[in-house]
Amino acid sequence: MTKTIVVTSGKGGVGKTTTSASIATGLAKRGFKTVVIDFDVGLRNLDLIMGCERRVVYDLVNLVNQEASLHQTLIKDKRIDNLYILPASQTRDKDALTIEGIARVMHKLKKSKFDYIICDSPAGIEKGAKMALYFADEAIVTTNPEVSSVRDSDRILGILQSESKRSKMNEEPVKEHLLITRYNPTRVKDGQMLSVDDIVDLLAIPLLGIIPESPSVLDSSNAGKPVILDDESEAGQAYSDAIDRLLGESKPHRFMEAPKKGFLSRLFG
Amino acid sequence: MGFFKFFRSNKDDDASAKLAKDRLQVLIAHQRTGREGPDYLPMLKQDILDVIKKYVAVGDDAVSVQLDSQDDCDVLELNITLSEDATSTASTPSATSSSSPSSIQPSAAAKKRAMERRQAAT
Repeated sequence: MTKTIVVTSGKGGVGKTTTSASIATGLAKRGFKTVVIDFDVGLRNLDLIMGCERRVVYDLVNLVNQEASLHQTLIKDKRIDNLYILPASQTRDKDALTIEGIARVMHKLKKSKFDYIICDSPAGIEKGAKMALYFADEAIVTTNPEVSSVRDSDRILGILQSESKRSKMNEEPVKEHLLITRYNPTRVKDGQMLSVDDIVDLLAIPLLGIIPESPSVLDSSNAGKPVILDDESEAGQAYSDAIDRLLGESKPHRFMEAPKKGFLSRLFG
Repeated sequence: MGFFKFFRSNKDDDASAKLAKDRLQVLIAHQRTGREGPDYLPMLKQDILDVIKKYVAVGDDAVSVQLDSQDDCDVLELNITLSEDATSTASTPSATSSSSPSSIQPSAAAKKRAMERRQAAT
């Protein structure tokens, strides 16, 4: 059974592509045949985060328009077995996608025995974002502890509940997961940032994970290597925990506590 | 300044997160009324607003409509906020600026004008 998961948020810049790359890599690392699709047609970026930008020949629009085969379009990851990248087009716009076209691609991927299809949604609530979430069985709603991001996440939850295929066909609703990214426990402790409890309380969906704000995220994207492959970093470990939870394990949440400061650094810091 | 901050309980002093949460709570509740209620709810709200506007000058956000399910019945909760200056009626300039929204009373001057008008008509 192929499972389709959309990574979405409404707001831009919250970490959708970073999350898509790490979730897909994490699932493939655990042995699942996984493809990650960049739905941001016109603003392709997943290839950069995955470090395969120089290997793009054909893209999603070519595949939808039947100008290239699935085999020609998929880029096989060089580090992880079972991991494939389906890049977006850089020259076309989001109108180049149609539900029927995407349905054909999804069907082909299912026939190729993929376990997971990760859909990296573009920002916004326009056609591209709706296309990315249409076929989803599950959704990872990526949210920053920040007012505009929380509001937009709530908005996208409304769209998931009314415009996904599952909602239109009156099937079991899309399973929603909350992923809080760029979390800074020190600022939460000082009352300057919305806490995990606040966000869970507001959005009222189950928490998949908390990714702490970490310099390693930028380092990883600079290097074109999903941050989950950086076992040393807190963000990498947090994504790894999220994968375990996605697969049904229950794991306690980490990286929620501010590091203890010494007396002097509290006094003068 | 870390030195001064150390002696304050900063959780209460600059708890901007609390402010953020309070603002979001209102906003998200508002955002959800549009999608969780029945289809007619936004139209009902607009109609109620239009009727109120006929008599009282109110803003577009003066009416909040909420549908709650309790046990085996649905409760439609209407909340109409009239601000202090909204108590002057929209169509006829005859009301005073009374402080209580529930008592809309014409001013003495308005009463006098009305009296004169009626007398002139007869």
